[in-house]
Amino acid sequence: MALLEVTDLKVHFRTDDGLVKAVDGVSYTVEAGQALGIVGESGSGKSVSSLTVMGLTRFAGNAEISGSIRFDGRDLLAASDEDMRRLRGNDMAMIFQDPLSSLHPFYKIGDQLVEAIQAHRDVSKAQALDRTVEMLGLVGIPEPRRRVDSYPHEFSGGMRQRVMIAMALINDPKLLIADEPTTALDVTVQAQILDLIQRLQRELDTAIVMITHDLGVVAEVTDEIGVMYAGRIVEYADKESIFAMPEHPYTWGLLKSIPRLDSPRGEELVPIAGRPPSLILKPPGCAFHPRCPYVREAHKRIDPQLAPAAEAGNGGGGRHEVACLLPGQTRRGLWAALQEGATPEVALQRVDVPDKVVDREAVGEVLAEPGTEVAEGVVATPENAAEVVPDVVAEEETS
Amino acid sequence: MSTNGANKLIEVRDLVKHFPLKKGIILQKQVGAVRAVDGVSFDVFEGETLGLVGESGCGKSTTARLVTRLLEPTDGEIIYKGSDIAHSSRAELKPMRRDMQMIFQDPYSSLNPRKTVGTIISEPFIIHRLEKDEAKRKKRVQELMDLVGLNPEHYNRFPHEFSGGQRQRIGVARAIALKPKLVVADEPVSALDVSIQAQIINLLSELQRDLGLTIIFIAHDLSVVRHVCDRIAVMYLGKIVELADADQLFEHPRHPYTGALLSAVPVPDPRLAREKQRQVLGGDVPSPTNPPAACRFHTRCPKAQDGTCNVVEPQLEVKQGGNLAACHFPLTDEEISKRVPTAAA
Amino acid sequence: MIPFIIRRLLWMVVLLLVISFLTFVIFYTLPAADPAALRAGRQPTPELLATIRQTLGLDKPWYIQYLKYLDRLVFHFDFGYSFQNNVSVKSQIFDRLPATAALAVGAAIVWLLIGIPIGIISAIRRGTWMDRAAMGGALVAISAPVYWLGLVSLYLFSKDLGKFPLFEGQGAYPQTGNIFTNPGEVIPALIMPWFVLAASFAAIYARFLRGNLLETMSEDYIRTARAKGLRERKVVFKHGVRSAITPIVTILGLDLGILLGGAILTETVFNIPGVGRLAYDAIQKSDLPTVQGTVLMGAFFIILLNLIVDVVYAFLDPRVRF
Repeated sequence: MALLEVTDLKVHFRTDDGLVKAVDGVSYTVEAGQALGIVGESGSGKSVSSLTVMGLTRFAGNAEISGSIRFDGRDLLAASDEDMRRLRGNDMAMIFQDPLSSLHPFYKIGDQLVEAIQAHRDVSKAQALDRTVEMLGLVGIPEPRRRVDSYPHEFSGGMRQRVMIAMALINDPKLLIADEPTTALDVTVQAQILDLIQRLQRELDTAIVMITHDLGVVAEVTDEIGVMYAGRIVEYADKESIFAMPEHPYTWGLLKSIPRLDSPRGEELVPIAGRPPSLILKPPGCAFHPRCPYVREAHKRIDPQLAPAAEAGNGGGGRHEVACLLPGQTRRGLWAALQEGATPEVALQRVDVPDKVVDREAVGEVLAEPGTEVAEGVVATPENAAEVVPDVVAEEETS
Repeated sequence: MSTNGANKLIEVRDLVKHFPLKKGIILQKQVGAVRAVDGVSFDVFEGETLGLVGESGCGKSTTARLVTRLLEPTDGEIIYKGSDIAHSSRAELKPMRRDMQMIFQDPYSSLNPRKTVGTIISEPFIIHRLEKDEAKRKKRVQELMDLVGLNPEHYNRFPHEFSGGQRQRIGVARAIALKPKLVVADEPVSALDVSIQAQIINLLSELQRDLGLTIIFIAHDLSVVRHVCDRIAVMYLGKIVELADADQLFEHPRHPYTGALLSAVPVPDPRLAREKQRQVLGGDVPSPTNPPAACRFHTRCPKAQDGTCNVVEPQLEVKQGGNLAACHFPLTDEEISKRVPTAAA
Repeated sequence: MIPFIIRRLLWMVVLLLVISFLTFVIFYTLPAADPAALRAGRQPTPELLATIRQTLGLDKPWYIQYLKYLDRLVFHFDFGYSFQNNVSVKSQIFDRLPATAALAVGAAIVWLLIGIPIGIISAIRRGTWMDRAAMGGALVAISAPVYWLGLVSLYLFSKDLGKFPLFEGQGAYPQTGNIFTNPGEVIPALIMPWFVLAASFAAIYARFLRGNLLETMSEDYIRTARAKGLRERKVVFKHGVRSAITPIVTILGLDLGILLGGAILTETVFNIPGVGRLAYDAIQKSDLPTVQGTVLMGAFFIILLNLIVDVVYAFLDPRVRF
């Protein structure tokens, strides 16, 4: 049984401007001891989904949460506030982007860690302090016995993040959620922290969910990767596949728009046009369609679901899923062209993108939802799907 | 790009900036200084992009503010058009300010929220009393907006109506309004989303090509710097430790600090990530108020030798491959190929 | 820390000198009643006026008077003698200080005891009827002027003329003794003044604390406190309130400093013989030495409490160091 199983999680916030669909149907699983990377830009919902797993979006007061989160056999969305509190910092823990603002400026480091122990264990202050010193030593704080009396502002950025990690791991959690843990740090300090997280994961066998915008970070640390866009996971695979044969145009965009140390220096960057969508008025159909160079009319109406990337056959044998309306063959052709250095425009000249949407499975779920409006005034049902959504054809017809 | 034969736009010699630390009951005595920039020399050639990289606190931003004379140096020379502007007065600097413009990191806080985009981009014309005719000025501004990829019809909108990437375009338009010779871009893409960074990077290189700009590009992201810059200076604790052409620096870094920086960058390629022996520097950057003696990197350097590195300060000299590096024991190609993903095979 | 305090104390001396000088200059440049004429009674002879001027030293140029004044003040800690009744200004102020101090400190305790809990509850129960009622009430309390509130409460609650005679009214403050030597008379006399004076402050503090706490509760470290599984009560009080309440020290110091210089309106309404009344009467009668004395006194308290605030702040917030 998986340690963490998130199924069709939706987190919507009621605001004065409208309903913000921060997370809009996200599913993933994390096995014990495994590391999952969630990659996305700001507003993709990557942080909100993890804060919800921790039960922290409950405090917002305006969150509507649905779907299911099962952790270690328990249903977290049904759990009481007190049960969630007992889990937090105990069986699951979290570290954040900015370690300075994440530590209380008025309390000594030692007190803040002791407090984390005593929230869950009935131990004396002295015992808790011993454990704190041990943990600070483990994460590489020099002279931990002395440093427990320091305040957060007396540490450097990297040392503060070490303190945060020590605090998170102090009760031996089964799951550690790391939300952009190195974004605020310098590159050599980032290397130290990533090294530390990997070492501790090995030694303590903690499962990790690493949330980041940096594909390099997930390539180094995680086993599987989910790419999020506009509140959904649009591609999910083991990390070998994500980098070797990505299937979603957004993933391609991410890989091709970032300057990389390991690519030829003269290579032109291919930016992703436009900008991340509003989460209140999400684009209809595929949420990525306004920025997608390979968009067809049908993509603007039909919302693709995460489905197995057809001809996986990728040797790894792992799960590889993508939410894209392009036929598998077309996707592989386009990626091959991009790999050879073609711009999206050139790739489009080489590869024919069909107007019709192929994968019925991908749209099936949408059509199964009663009341899905596929065109103005036309409501789809499973029975009339083929008629009212003429763009949907069987896979055989095009391939 | 080769800089041979190109004209020097700016020469910087032994530039020093110390921020004094004071203490005392009535009369404040100087008891020390933050040695933000501590003896930096480099040239900027016309039409090139010079990168300044280093970690926070290395003095790269201070250097940029000294070169554009937003700060007055403690010591040293900045030679521009044949004269030293290091200690020029405000009035003397005014004509020079037209030629040097800055782009800042945070497109949110560097634009006045109460002014329209048109007003913001017109300001350079007004300050320097150019294009006094309002209609003509508006036309110029709209041309600029078009040039940087903004819709000229949005002339009357306010900064908050734009996204982060578009705001940075406003900053770029303002900077190039007076056709400056030099643009200093201080972390121009660090605050932007990854998918937007490429848009701004590409915009800057197009503008450089079309307008013949010289750019000093400051960043901590080595991948971005490598993509954008022709030559790169690596700074550590207020000093330049290595200066070389971009290709040379990334393929054959000579200074161990440059090597460590390159080694630390996570590479979005699982195969390379596995093969590479990441070299992790221990400890933190020492305080710039009390930097280590001699070579400032010796406290963290994997190659440091007692008796040399902590005694004799290395000078910036030509090493193998033509890099200028301040190191007694520069990296060999063998060491580089093990640790640095960009090393030439 | 010690050098910081010494430096600030030296600054205090400089500031007090400047203030005394300014008071002097203002007194002499602004058209005011002639102190000698006021002292002399009705229809004085010119000879009498001249004599009075001479005895008070008013015949000398103002800067000579100022230097003489400074000389006495600095070397003898002597504030001079009232133009009105020749009483030592110093002893007059010290006689009246206990009343003002008892009024100000007591009121401060009242407004903290009322304002802080209301602020916290409003913030935690934001948007509920409790929050709205509290903040609505606060708005009323802030808008109500002290003299109006004082008169209304006298009309309602004072023993002599109130509709519901519950508390001692105007003039109950005893002629002799202070809160320590004569608590039996002083405390009852101060109950109404305390609440009247505290009302608007309590409202301001409640609103201030509510805003602060709301802001603090969205800080990253609050998220961390919850992420480590602390009970919500601990999150709110140990992590939230602890940060949100710290800035209150600053405004409390300033408010107390100002009030110790004399709570003129409250003292007048309730007829409490405090420093504020003294100052008010002195201004009316152009009694320069008394005006000088009370002004310096007020300035001294404001500056001193500012210094205390800064020192206390350093203990409350470890990031502040001198």
